[in-house]
Amino acid sequence: MAEASPQLQHIQDRLGTKVLSASQPQGDDVIMLDRAGLRESFRVLKEDAEHCFNFLSDITAVDYWQKQEPRFELVYQLVSLKQRRRLRVRVGVPESDPVVDSLTPLWSGANFLEREVWDLYGIRFNDHPDLRRILLYDEFNGHPLRKDYPVNLCQPRVPERHVDGTFVDERSHNKLQRLQKTLAQKR
Amino acid sequence: MKADNLELPHEIMELQMGPSHPATHGTIKFNLKLEGEKVLDCDVELGFLHRGFDKSCEQATWTQVIPYTDRLNYASSLINNVGYALAVEKLIGVETPLRCQYIRVIVSELARIFDHLTCCGMAASELGAITVGFYMIEARELITRIIENLTGARLTVTYVRIGGLKHDLPQDFAERVTATFATIRKLLGDCDHLLSRNRIFLDRMSNVGVISKESALNHSLTGPILRATGVDYDVRKAFPYLVYDRMNFEIPVGSHGDNYDRFLCRLGEIQESMKIVEQALRQLPVGPVWIDDARFVLPEKEKVYGSIEGLMHHFKIIMEGIHVPAGETYSAVEGGNGELGFYVVSDGGGKPYRLRVRPPCFIAMGAFAEMIKGYMVADIVPTFGMINMIGGECDR
Repeated sequence: MAEASPQLQHIQDRLGTKVLSASQPQGDDVIMLDRAGLRESFRVLKEDAEHCFNFLSDITAVDYWQKQEPRFELVYQLVSLKQRRRLRVRVGVPESDPVVDSLTPLWSGANFLEREVWDLYGIRFNDHPDLRRILLYDEFNGHPLRKDYPVNLCQPRVPERHVDGTFVDERSHNKLQRLQKTLAQKR
Repeated sequence: MKADNLELPHEIMELQMGPSHPATHGTIKFNLKLEGEKVLDCDVELGFLHRGFDKSCEQATWTQVIPYTDRLNYASSLINNVGYALAVEKLIGVETPLRCQYIRVIVSELARIFDHLTCCGMAASELGAITVGFYMIEARELITRIIENLTGARLTVTYVRIGGLKHDLPQDFAERVTATFATIRKLLGDCDHLLSRNRIFLDRMSNVGVISKESALNHSLTGPILRATGVDYDVRKAFPYLVYDRMNFEIPVGSHGDNYDRFLCRLGEIQESMKIVEQALRQLPVGPVWIDDARFVLPEKEKVYGSIEGLMHHFKIIMEGIHVPAGETYSAVEGGNGELGFYVVSDGGGKPYRLRVRPPCFIAMGAFAEMIKGYMVADIVPTFGMINMIGGECDR
């Protein structure tokens, strides 16, 4: 790309060295941001008077295992509702230290999206209020969208979980015990 | 029905609603903290229908992903097909012929009508208006028949292909659509008479599940939920794709951001979608529906069975998949529930390296706690109904 668009130029001016590179594949505006001070960079993008990217559309990650360094890449889709423009922000995350600033202080919508990234990729988010698994269950081993997670890997059976306040119908419980007793006698 | 001064100061009760509850059509669990009937806090537990969509797509060829997309939001599978095909075509850098684009607009809007009818009909019948539910299901059935006539399937259609469509429209398509729309307009008129000024319905819907404009934007909400708060963000207008810029249509917006506004927005969108389909059928140009590029298009059956080149060509595309150039792109369409985005990464091979769907109702469920806090347990039913969470899309 010989000439960056005015928008990309403006963003580069505002964020300075935080922008590692900027490009326009298929006409989209894409920037690579530095992982350090990520939340501040997003705050600048969100509160910028001219280009005001005030809408966070999506957060996801890609695992470039054995393809490039850093291994992971977080991808943020921003929308400027005023300018009707999109911006894609990519952030490299190394495997050795997969931690990124959470964007939940800026956008509440980041909460579920970051939980999903944590669940499926194992990338942690600093200052996230509630970083639990979301699509999978707590006992799940590993993070399935990582490229080194085999697609046909079986997970161990999870023992019954006791949750406080779970309603147990004593009648069915007694029936089960009676049944087990009779079965034991028969044996 | 905000329960502010409810005089039942008892201990806080924790209640687990779901995952299999008659009112939550779709497996989802709400861990509620209740004070009497007032909801103090709600923790949404998702993932009961998680099938590993992303991981499965990485194992399949680009074309084999299309049936998977049907099973995301199965109430509007045609929109999912279109959205996925557009994302891959954007990465390849091709544009389909005009007739194909028009047909894609027509089928997207039919799917949108289907989606909104499902959502509104179910929400109404959950509130006791079972007649309206049946009327809307009847209207939906008529749309299903058009879709069945067109694609051969009722729900999981797999109609759109990368670079084209499975086949052109059938001969009597336009007449069918005209006749069906006349019936749907009549049915919707009946529903309007039954509901829109119905005291019970209004009491249950208006000022329930309210979310402010700022909060909706902060929660990344899109679709009818965002538009009900008064923001006119619709991907079809904001970032026009296909031939939406040639269509004359309005975006219905609400003002309160409550359930009733969401309901009206959806009903309004059904009317606008019907207008779009009629316009598109009038403007529909004659021509091919496939791009003219042998790298992505299967050869004709005559060539496959009649010549070795044709057979090899067919074999290569089926077994290896089409080769999408390396790169990454994001493309969004307006789905039934909001912005349906596809983030596609290719490494140049025949399979997607990464395929991410931006699921609108997953993100909407993130704002559910905010919507329901301070309301009654019974208000969960209409609020959840108007989000129109579809398990296939939410949990993928």
